[in-house]
Amino acid sequence: MSALVVTIVATIVVAIVVLVSLLLIIGLVLVFGARRFGPDEDSVVEQINAVLPQTQCAQCGYPGCRPYAEAIAEGRAEINQCPPGGEEGVRELAELLGREPLPLDESRGEHKPPLVALIDEERCIGCKLCIEACPVDAILGAPKMMHTVIAAECTGCELCLPPCPVDCIELVPRRQSFIWPLRFNSSGNRTDNSSASPTDKRETEHA
Amino acid sequence: MDLALIIISAALVNNFVLIQFLGLCPFLGVSSQLEGAAGMAMATTFVLTLASVASYCLTAWILEPLGLEYLRIVAFIVVIAGLVQLTEIAMRHAAPMLHRVLGIYLPLITSNCAVLGVALLNLRQQHSLVESTLYGFGAAIGFGGVLIVLAAARERLAMADVPESFRGAPIGLVTAGLMALAFMGFAGFAKL
Repeated sequence: MSALVVTIVATIVVAIVVLVSLLLIIGLVLVFGARRFGPDEDSVVEQINAVLPQTQCAQCGYPGCRPYAEAIAEGRAEINQCPPGGEEGVRELAELLGREPLPLDESRGEHKPPLVALIDEERCIGCKLCIEACPVDAILGAPKMMHTVIAAECTGCELCLPPCPVDCIELVPRRQSFIWPLRFNSSGNRTDNSSASPTDKRETEHA
Repeated sequence: MDLALIIISAALVNNFVLIQFLGLCPFLGVSSQLEGAAGMAMATTFVLTLASVASYCLTAWILEPLGLEYLRIVAFIVVIAGLVQLTEIAMRHAAPMLHRVLGIYLPLITSNCAVLGVALLNLRQQHSLVESTLYGFGAAIGFGGVLIVLAAARERLAMADVPESFRGAPIGLVTAGLMALAFMGFAGFAKL
């Protein structure tokens, strides 16, 4: 009887020891691998970059969102230089980096709801200047042919406005996909989905 | 000759995705873009081959001598999860963009049943170490191959004039079904 108990206990102990040592070995290998090849400072840049709105508008003074994120990580830039991100973006960056939120630097531009460029195709002369200016390749066209904007790719950065010789590009509020349930503003009227932006929604929820 | 037959058997005749219906989640999940599919195919090949080697070593050298065969599923899952984590660390280091394209599907290789399936089938068919490795490699080639082929087909389909109710996943499933039908033509080429 006692011999049987000893055998059973021995089997259980062996099983536990084998599994635990297996887990331990794999864990050690993974820790070593993560230390050796893992992300180091880059991850801070990545996290900042993830918070930035990716409009690539260069209003912060850097060529795009990623260089601005690198500048913030290295302490070369303040966190309030991103107008498309708005106060909300500054707050998120402050939270991420454990800093005090700063008021948005208005000298770099004002915060606007999400916009999308629209080319007046009647007036477009097909000069390609806006295609070269677009930081996200959201304009489609060929020389002397009408151009058009791929709305899903457009970030509303306004960089295509200055080069256009015939001023045929305008920025219109981004059309939102249908939001359910219907939202009502304070006076009880239904808000127009086309003018409602995610930022507006956030502000409404905070208020 | 036998060894070549093992690879052909695992890759084509008993293709894990289209004949045995293992690993369908990444097969449909990552096949919308050719680039992502190629990366996933490479990552899975790496994991699958190493997992079959590791599971053979684990069974032959640790579990069987100690009479712990009943622990093999737990032990295999642990080893596979570790290998996938290593692959993820290596990929984030070597190819950050690919790492982002694959996203959640990379850690989900752990639960790709083709990986556990290969480890368990190796055991059932009593393969040796070399045979296990080749079987795992062949299975990975088969998985990666059909994944890339389906991704290429779906990239074309994205441009095609598909009836609206069939767009996206439905036409993908129809395509996968037709591919499975075609793969039935390999039946009988190898008995393994």
